[in-house]
Amino acid sequence: MKILVFAENWDGIFKKSSFEAVSYSRELAEQNNYELITLCFNNVSEEELNKLSKYGSSIVITTNPIDKVDSISMSKMISDLTIQHDIKLFIFSSTYSSKMFAPRLSAKLNSSIFTNVVELPSSLNPLKLKKKVFSSKAFEIAKSSSEKNIIMLHPNSYGVKEFSSDLKLSELTTESNTEIEIINIKKSSGKVNLSEADIVVSAGRGMKGPENWDLIEELANCLNAATACSKPVSDIGWRPHSEHVGQTGKTVAPNLYFAIGISGAIQHLAGVNSSKVMVAINTDPEASFFKAAHYGIVGDAFDVVPKLIEEIKNIKN
Amino acid sequence: MKIAVCISCVPDTTSKINFTENNTEFNKEGIQFIINPNDEFGLTKAIFIKEQNQAEVIVVSVGESSIESVLRKALAIGADSAIRIDNKAKDSICVAKNLSSYLAENKFDLIIMGKESADYNGGIVHGIVAENIGMQFVNACVGLEISDDSYIIEREMEGGTEKVKIKSPVIIAGQKGLVEEKDLKIPNMRGIMQARSKPLNVLESENFDFIQSIEFNKPSENKECVFIDEENVAELVKILNEKEKVL
Ligand SMILES: Cc1cc2nc3c(=O)[nH]c(=O)nc-3n(C[C@H](O)[C@H](O)[C@H](O)COP(=O)(O)OP(=O)(O)OC[C@H]3O[C@@H](n4cnc5c(N)ncnc54)[C@H](O)[C@@H]3O)c2cc1C
Repeated sequence: MKILVFAENWDGIFKKSSFEAVSYSRELAEQNNYELITLCFNNVSEEELNKLSKYGSSIVITTNPIDKVDSISMSKMISDLTIQHDIKLFIFSSTYSSKMFAPRLSAKLNSSIFTNVVELPSSLNPLKLKKKVFSSKAFEIAKSSSEKNIIMLHPNSYGVKEFSSDLKLSELTTESNTEIEIINIKKSSGKVNLSEADIVVSAGRGMKGPENWDLIEELANCLNAATACSKPVSDIGWRPHSEHVGQTGKTVAPNLYFAIGISGAIQHLAGVNSSKVMVAINTDPEASFFKAAHYGIVGDAFDVVPKLIEEIKNIKN
Repeated sequence: MKIAVCISCVPDTTSKINFTENNTEFNKEGIQFIINPNDEFGLTKAIFIKEQNQAEVIVVSVGESSIESVLRKALAIGADSAIRIDNKAKDSICVAKNLSSYLAENKFDLIIMGKESADYNGGIVHGIVAENIGMQFVNACVGLEISDDSYIIEREMEGGTEKVKIKSPVIIAGQKGLVEEKDLKIPNMRGIMQARSKPLNVLESENFDFIQSIEFNKPSENKECVFIDEENVAELVKILNEKEKVL
């Protein structure tokens, strides 16, 4: 049997989520003696492709340029490949683009599709998986009744693991006669991408005003972290919408999440509670965030954050 | 112009999440259902389009009779009619297939859904429907304009946004940004009165058994928060660095 993993790239660069999907698939393939095929689209340099082998890819199929916003062409390409290779299981990370073409692919193949999967399957025949539901407030164990299955991973839950393997490249030419015209692409200003960041420094209304975000940005800079904020902070325009995390904003799952001057409302926690370690800094000892956090400091952010920056700089040097 | 807004009815965001029937079903007791927050942005956008371009707006939802009060709210916000596809809506594939049957039979120029539902967080219904009915689809939309027979759509992606032009018809999945939070429509008295006499039709459904839910469980409760004195920030940094190894 064959497994196909999709290794997404952004302008020719892989991200952590791509490596996570590859190492997850490699472990699954090894455990069950399956063959693993890695699909990678567009022009990626050989040097970058070699990185995939560190996480367990050996057979890698690359394609000619294709726009990932064009979910019709993307899903058709993968489904054509499936027919050639008799693939039964597909692994994707949960990215903005894969969430457009993976469900399309499932409809084409008449397969089952599981999202927010957090672990390797507990059984393969039938396929049984554990997934996050209710904004990480619960897990669901679900079973497939289909012959073909698509697994979409919850970010940063399996993690990346290293495997050694040799790369065997082959090329696939697909047609893409897109009906989509790309007008422009705007890159967001933050240096570190929020959905991929290992560390997120997030702040709320406790920061009093947008002029005080220098402090938050400085902390983020010395940690190479992304910045985030609570909903009211983006609603009143102190910070851009793209930084809003929570039930109605982005879901993030970094290794470390700082909540500075954030009360810890249930809707906020829903988007951040998959973080491995959460640290809350709040003047109010009764703040709800302390019930969810692993570590807490009761204190004024304007005193605590500068000290934190100093101490972090100390250990980084 | 005809617009379908597909909405999901989800537990109010403050709901306690519990399960019953030996942990096989979500416990709906005492739960208040609301329009899924992501879908609310889409519904408001549809009403704005209707106000400017004289569109007909139909809300569609797959669910049991208990969701009708939520559909009435959508009518009160300004939709012209509602369709309830009578089904337990037990998984995304089942919902998507039932929506597809209705949306294939009834032609729409624009189909708006929400990026993901606040309960099962699947975020795949729109993609499956798009394939089943053969339409282009854009996810995580933060902007939509009509330009002759095309749509200019802005979508969020990792590290930025992308603006594209697609010919009608199209399916979009919306979220905050499609309209601003402050512009979200809420029902007024007149809307609520009118909603009572607007059509709400119930359609039969089919069941699909791609996925079986076996059980639910809740993550183990967090250990107590470890408090560190504000005069001792160095200790926190040491713990994060040496014990947790996250710096
Ligand atoms: C349907 C719905 C969806 C929602 N979705 C989201 C969502 O996705 N994301 C989200 O964040 N919210 C969401 N909310 C809003 C949520 O309920 C809270 O209102 C919001 O998270 C509070 O933001 P905050 O913590 O920044 O502000 P506040 O609740 O005002 O808290 C500010 C905190 O800062 C502390 N503080 C004040 N001064 C200082 C200081 N000098 N130093 C340290 N601490 C200080 C205070 O003690 C307080 O705890 C949603 C609400 C609803 C109804």
